[in-house]
Formats: sequence, C-alpha cells, structure tokens
Amino acid sequence: MNFSIPVLTLIMLAPVIGAAVILITPRERTDIIKTVAASAFAVSLLLSFFVFAGYDRAVGGFQFAEQTSWIPELGIGYHVAVDGFSAPMLLLTAIVAFCAVLVSWKLDDRPREFFSFLLMLVAGVFGAFMSLDIFLFLIFYELVLFPVYVLIAGWGSKNREYAAMKLTIYLFVGSLVAIVGLLVVYFQAGATFDFVKLQQGVLALAPEKFEQIKPWFIAIFIGFGVLASIWPLHNWSPDGYAAAPTAVSMLHGGVLKATGAYAALRFGVQLMPEAAQYYLPVIVFLCLANVIYAGLIAFRQTDLKYIIGFSSVAHLGLVLLGITSLNEFGLNGAGLELFAGGVMTGLMFALVGMIYERAHLRDIEELNGMFRVMPLAAIGFVIGSLAAMGMPGLPGFPAEVMIFMGLWRAAETPSLIFPGQLNWWFSWIAIAGVLTVVITAAWTLRVAYKVYFSEPKNPELQKLPGLDALEKFSIVFMCGVLIVVGVMPNTVMQVIQVGVQTILASLTRASG
Amino acid sequence: MAYSEFDPSQFLAIAPEIGLVLWALVILAVDMFSARRIARRTLGILAAAGMAAVLILSLLIAVPPAGVMPQIGSDPRSVLGGMIRHDLFAFVFRIIFILAGILTCLVSIDFRPARAGGEYYALLILATMAMGLMAASNDLIMLYLATEASSFALYLLAGFMRDTPRSAEAGIKYFVFGAVTSSIMLYGLALIFGLSGGQTHYGAVAQVLAGADTRMLAVLAMLLVIAGFAFKTSAVPFHFWTPDVYEGAPTPFVGFLSTASKAAGFAILMRFLVYVFEPPFSQASVVWVQLMQPLAILTMFLGNLLAITQSNIKRMLAYSSIAQAGYMLIGVTAFGFAYSRQSPEAAADAVAAVIFYAATYMLTNIAAFAVVSIVSQRVGSEQISAFNGLGRRAPYTALGMTAAMLSLLGAPPLVGFVGKLFLFRAAISDDLLLLVAIGVVNVLISVFYYLGIVRAMYVERSPDDEQPIRIPAATAWVVLVSSAAILFITVASMQFWSVALDAAKALLN
Repeated sequence: MNFSIPVLTLIMLAPVIGAAVILITPRERTDIIKTVAASAFAVSLLLSFFVFAGYDRAVGGFQFAEQTSWIPELGIGYHVAVDGFSAPMLLLTAIVAFCAVLVSWKLDDRPREFFSFLLMLVAGVFGAFMSLDIFLFLIFYELVLFPVYVLIAGWGSKNREYAAMKLTIYLFVGSLVAIVGLLVVYFQAGATFDFVKLQQGVLALAPEKFEQIKPWFIAIFIGFGVLASIWPLHNWSPDGYAAAPTAVSMLHGGVLKATGAYAALRFGVQLMPEAAQYYLPVIVFLCLANVIYAGLIAFRQTDLKYIIGFSSVAHLGLVLLGITSLNEFGLNGAGLELFAGGVMTGLMFALVGMIYERAHLRDIEELNGMFRVMPLAAIGFVIGSLAAMGMPGLPGFPAEVMIFMGLWRAAETPSLIFPGQLNWWFSWIAIAGVLTVVITAAWTLRVAYKVYFSEPKNPELQKLPGLDALEKFSIVFMCGVLIVVGVMPNTVMQVIQVGVQTILASLTRASG
Repeated sequence: MAYSEFDPSQFLAIAPEIGLVLWALVILAVDMFSARRIARRTLGILAAAGMAAVLILSLLIAVPPAGVMPQIGSDPRSVLGGMIRHDLFAFVFRIIFILAGILTCLVSIDFRPARAGGEYYALLILATMAMGLMAASNDLIMLYLATEASSFALYLLAGFMRDTPRSAEAGIKYFVFGAVTSSIMLYGLALIFGLSGGQTHYGAVAQVLAGADTRMLAVLAMLLVIAGFAFKTSAVPFHFWTPDVYEGAPTPFVGFLSTASKAAGFAILMRFLVYVFEPPFSQASVVWVQLMQPLAILTMFLGNLLAITQSNIKRMLAYSSIAQAGYMLIGVTAFGFAYSRQSPEAAADAVAAVIFYAATYMLTNIAAFAVVSIVSQRVGSEQISAFNGLGRRAPYTALGMTAAMLSLLGAPPLVGFVGKLFLFRAAISDDLLLLVAIGVVNVLISVFYYLGIVRAMYVERSPDDEQPIRIPAATAWVVLVSSAAILFITVASMQFWSVALDAAKALLN
C-alpha cells in the first residue's frame, strides 16, 4: 500500500505539536492545556486506529513505511513502518494515553509542564514502536526515559525522587547494555542501523562469524528485558509505579513495559533467531520467576499501587514466557497478552488513582466499602481482574491459553544448548506457569473484597465524591476495549498473527 | 623546493593568526589606556566579540581551497617558506580553537576568583593563535615554536589566580612538567634535524629519513617527539600533571585547556607522524603505528578507573578528559593501520572521526566546565557534593550539565554517541576488534562517574535545597548554546561529518 500522507509520522508528531502548543499557552488557562493534550492524543488515537484497520493482513510485512536517509555514512536513516506486531501496539499506546489524560483532568499542580512532558513521553513511545532504524529507536527510547524521570520526581507521591532515580538508572543502564550488544551486531553484520538490512546482514554471516556475535543476544534480550521488568531486574518497577502520578503509572505499566518486550522480541529474537533458539530455553527460568515470584508478592502487599505494580511484573512475565516458547501459539499469545494486559494495567492504575485522589489512602486495610461511593469503578475493577486471571470472554483467556499451549509445544523442540536432548523442561514450566491463574485470582479477589465490597467501616470514606463524567467515560472505554477484544479476539489476533508469521519465517529459516 | 614561491597572498594562510595577535594587542591597549579602568566584563565581551569577528572574517576570506591532488615535490599549499600548510585540516582545527576561545572568554567573565583583566584575555587569545599555528605547522621549527608559544600562554593562565596557592601550584606544576617534556621533544627534533642533514621542512625530512639507514636513531627521535605530543593530549604516561593542574587552575580556563589544547595536540600528532614518518615508507613508522594501540588502551583505562574514585569534580573531569583522549587515540590507531595498508579512504575516515570527536568534545566539555565554574563559586566548594540538589536549585543548568555528562558518556541521541560510533567504526574497518571491545568496556566503566554527577544533581539533597542558584547571563548563554549544539549536531551529523572528512582528505593529499 502506498500512502502519500505520512500517517505514522503524524501519529508521533501529534503529541509533539500538542506539547509545543501547550508551552505557548498561558499558564493559567488550564482548560485549554488539557483540551489540547486530549485532542492531540485523540488525533493519534484516530490515526493509529486507521493504521490498525488499514493494515493489509493479506500482504503482511512492513507497511505504511516512510524512509529517508539521515547519516548515510553510519547507515542511519529515518525509517518507520509497522507490521502485524507493532500496529496493535500503536493502538494500545493511543488508547492508554488518551484515557491517561482524561483521568488526570483534575490535576492542578503545574499542568502546563505536566502535560507537555506527558505528551513528549507518549511521542517517544509511538516513535519506539514504529522505528525500523535501530538508531532512531534508541533515540525515541531515551526520549521516553527523561520525561518519565521528571514526571515521577516532580509530580509523584511519597519517595518519588528515590523511585524516579532508581527507575531511570535501571532502565538507562539496561539500555546501554542492549546498545552495546546491538553495536556488536551492527559492526559485524554490515554497519547499518536499518533493521531490515541488518537482519539480512545477520543471515548472510558466515557460521563462525555468527558464533562470535551469538552471546551478545543475551545482552540485547536482557538489556531490553529490564524495561519489561525481567526478574531479577524488576525492582525499579513497583517502586516507580507506587511513586508515579496516575497517568504515568498507567502509561508506564501498560505501554512502556510493552516497549521493552517488543524491543527484546524485535531487536533480539527477530534479529538473531538462531541465538534466540539457543539461549531462550535458559532465559525462560527468569521469566517463570517473574510470574510466580511477583504474583506471590502482589498477594502479600497491602499498598494498592504496589499490588498493581507487582501484578504488572507478573503479567509481563507471561508475555516473556510466550516469547521464549518461540512458536506460533506462544508468540500470538504474547502479542495478545501485551495488548490486553496493557489496557488492563492501565485500567487498574486509573482505578487506584481515582481512589487515592479522593481518599489519600492506598492501603487496602484502611479502605472499605468503596462500592457505594464509586460503583462503576468497582465494576471496572472486577472486569479488569477477571481479564487478569484469564476468565473466558475477556482477552486474558485466549492469551494465557495460547501462551501455555505454546510452552507445552516448545517442550518438543530439540535443545540447541544441550545437543541431543529436547527442551523437556518447558512442559514443567507450563505447569508451573498455570499457577499464576490461581495467584492472580487470589490477590484480585482479596483486593476487590477489601476495597470495594466489604462493609463500610469508615464513614469518612462514604462522604467522598463519586466519579465524574470523564472518569466514567475512561473506565467504560477501557472496559469496552477489553470486552470487545475478549469476545472477538480475532479483531486483534488477525493482525498479530501476520506479524508472528514473519518472525516464525525467520526462525524456520534460521533452523533450516 | 617542496613549497611554493613567496607571494603576498600567502599571508592569507595565517590570516586568522594575524587577526588574533592584533586583537590581543587591542585588548591590552584598551585595558591599559582607557581613561577610567574599563569594566572587566566589557573586556571579556570585547575579547569574545573580536575572536568572533576574526573567525567570521577568516571564513569569508581565508578558507583554503579544497585543492586537487598536488604533484609530488611541489605542494602549492605549503606556503610561507614551507613553514605553514594552508589546508582545510588546519582551518577546521582553527575553528575549533577559536570557538573554544570565544566560549571560554564568556565563561571567564562570570568567574570572579580569577579577576580576569586585559592580560587574561590577551593570553587566552594568544594561546588560541599559537594553537592555530600548531595545527598548520609544516616544519620542525614552526612546530616547536608554535607548541611553546601556546604552552607559555597556558602556563601563565593556569597560575593566573596568584593569591590562591593552589592556582600558583598548578601553574608551577604545569610549567615544570611542560618544560621537561618540551625539552625531551626538542631533543627528538634535534636528532631528526641531524639525521636529515639539516632539513626542517616535513616533506624534505621525510624524504631523507626514508632513504637513510638510520632506523634506531630515527625511532628514538620519533619517540621523544611523541612524548611531547602525549603531554599536550594528556595521554598516558605523560598525564600526571592533568588532575593537579585542572584542580588548581581557573575553572573556565580548564574548559579551554582540556579541549582546545588537547585538540591541538591531536592535530600536530597526526600531521607530524604522517608527514615525517609516513607509513609504510618510513622505516620507523611501524613503531608509531603499533605504539598507538597500547597507548589508547592504557589511557582509556587509567582515565576511567581513576575518575571513579574522585570526589573533586575538577579532578574527576580531569581523569575523564584523559579517558576521552584515549577514545580519540583509538581513531589515531585506526588511522595508522589504515595508512599502513595504503587505504586512503579508511585513513580519511579515521582522521575525520578524530576531528569530529574533538570538535564535539570541545562543546561538551566547555559546557560542563561552565556549569562547574558557576556552581563551585555559588556553593563555595568544588566537591561533587556541591552539585547536590542542583536539579531543584537551577533546573535548566542542571539539564545542560546532564546533557554534557550523557554526551561525554556517549548515550544516544547526544552527539557523543555519534562521535564514538565514528571512532569505533574506523577501528572496526581496520579489524581492531579488541581495541573496540576495550573501548566499549571503558564506556561502561564511565557510566559510574558520569551518572554519579546526574545522581547528585537530582537525587541527593543539600541543606540549601530551597535557595535557587542564579546563573549569570554570559555563562547561561554558553551553557544554553553548547548544550543545544550537543543535541543539534546529532541531527545534522552528516553536514559536520562531511566537513571533517574534507579536512581529513586535505591532510592526506
């Protein structure tokens, strides 16, 4: 398909333009500032829906491409495009970003700065999802880190500076490690940052040359994995989310982490499929630890934001498990889980934010009977938790089923790291992983009961104001997305499927 | 004769230097003869404006022609009796020096302890002038005179704060070290002079040396000269003066010393080695080609490892500047190898990478020292802890400092990343994989101390957290302009790179 309008660039530029407009708006016109932010995201939302719907599933591959050279000496160009994997991610980003502005409507602490940083952050995420030039990707990636730091340190709650710095250092160092790995590949495989050309360069490498760069896959996967909060490098995440303002928690938990998993998949697995087949059956244990360990901690926490924070770690663990299976089921499941989980995490953080804003409490022991204050939020929470634990009819169900099936299948593949064996341990990992359903059910039920449905003990809480129209709208919107995708998973699956096919093709080419 | 006949238009080759000398005299005269003592501030702005005018004028009239390949034996660009080579290589370095000089003048205005008067700015301009001659020198005598001229101005500036014992110590230390290495270098030059039968012009010397069977002595002479260059670039093992001098000398001047002077060192290093000991024709050349690699490795490791342990910001930046010299030596190593295997494209790439890196490093480090200069005055301490809470006390300045630190580290999208990429690429194309791997390891080591500053600014708290630090206008402008450049050059890397590449080709033709 040939589009004369640079749709992808517009998706990314809309927030940038929004930020520029906000910066020249007078400080006290907060209504204009918020409207501009919301409309910028609305433009991105419409355009990314257009890209998502217009993505030609029959053709596949990279579409909506825009390419110009930038620093040809170093093989750097401006190359953006989407495939079946990244198109839904753009849509997810736009959905969560739009809702994040709606739930932050009441923010009155330096709104001009807040919303311009928020817009820059989202522009970076959009850019990261659409970049096919690794240099460009890295620029967008670092462009995200900085606003996140400022937003958490400047607008967060308790412990914010510590949490912001911890998060930034973890992610920055993680990205450096990944950059080093990518540079090794870059220098060995043709000195180009263009993903498509670099991929061909890696394929064309002589076997002994490839052996030299193979270990660097670990650096790339783990380096980006830090952003997907891979165990044991997940520690920044709960602290960061607990301290972050609601909109940032939503975006970071729902979307930014997905960037990490996406980058690990795109620039790790897809770039060096052979190395992925070699190392991922070992790395899988880290991802399993994510699911079990973080889930159990979520169960033990009493601070609502920590609970959601740890649950998002567990949830990214599921995605990474799906990726490690390296087969059609697992990768499809991972893609769907990224999308569904992103919306779900965004919804959960939004709900927590609504409570905290009113009650200034986040401890589930101190909260009770909130159902009567905000019934719609309670319903939203129930839908979100059902999605998290994988209830049929919600997108968590097909995603988790596919991930576990993928893991089960992976047990039949021959092991590369231990020649002559099968990756038999994958079936045990699948069995252990299913525990996550139980764990999630446990913590969500506990939270739902204590916070929303218990007897109202504290009369002060009952006097709190209910939800306003924008908050209701954003809850309904995100729940609506979850239900639509849950009932008709094919809306998203069809597109993801196309992206997965490309990855699978490169995998079979590598092993064949 | 290997150089052109004299003709007055050849003075264009040193037009920037003539302009700078005149302006230094004007500054001195204004300072001396103005009826009422003129405000120091005005002098600084006058000095900066004059250098800017010289820069613009030279860009208008004195840009060397991007000439064709000259015939062997008659080089139209070797002018003024063969003393000077009028080429783009020298010219690009001059731009770097003069820009560094302008920025340093502006920062010096706000640096109270130095009480910079006319003589300070005049010396700064003269040092810039001498560096320009260093980059252009094409003759052993010119090389020595230019190097000494710049060194003398720098010695005086290092010890400029006469009332501060540490500054005096810095001046003396710099002078003693400089005098020793300079005499070592002079000894080497004398040996070359003898070996070549009294020739001093680079081309003539090279011809004699290539034919003569005096290998051992030539190697010795070359090593002695390299010692002098290593002092200028603060490469191991001639780096000892760096932390002490940086710590004691006036802070804005250290920004100049750590960038312009280092760049000048690299300019003469590359020109001298390739003109006098041209690989693979010169028998001695194999030694310098092989020597650069261990030199680069040692310099990187020493700088980065010792920088981690520092608690004084100026000492930390001193070790950081040693490490940065190590990165640039990667480019010089690649240059030597590429030239030895007679690949002009690869050699030009390597030289261009060094030029690009030196230019961007100049902007970055001057921004860093501008911030240090203001913060240390306001807080009254040069410890890293002086930066505690700067993110709240001076948010925009802290942002500039963050950009500078991340660019020195080499994080994308800042220009330091692009610069390192060019250097590493040059080394890779000569199969120097180990060297690049060591370079990358060193970048990872440097994360500790560069991020340490960022951490201090944004995480640590200081007792005066609520008191904003006021940044004076001139310094604020320097920080703003240079950190904008750090960001902007990445976008326009291609344009800057092609200039650097032209300059590199001018050196090699």
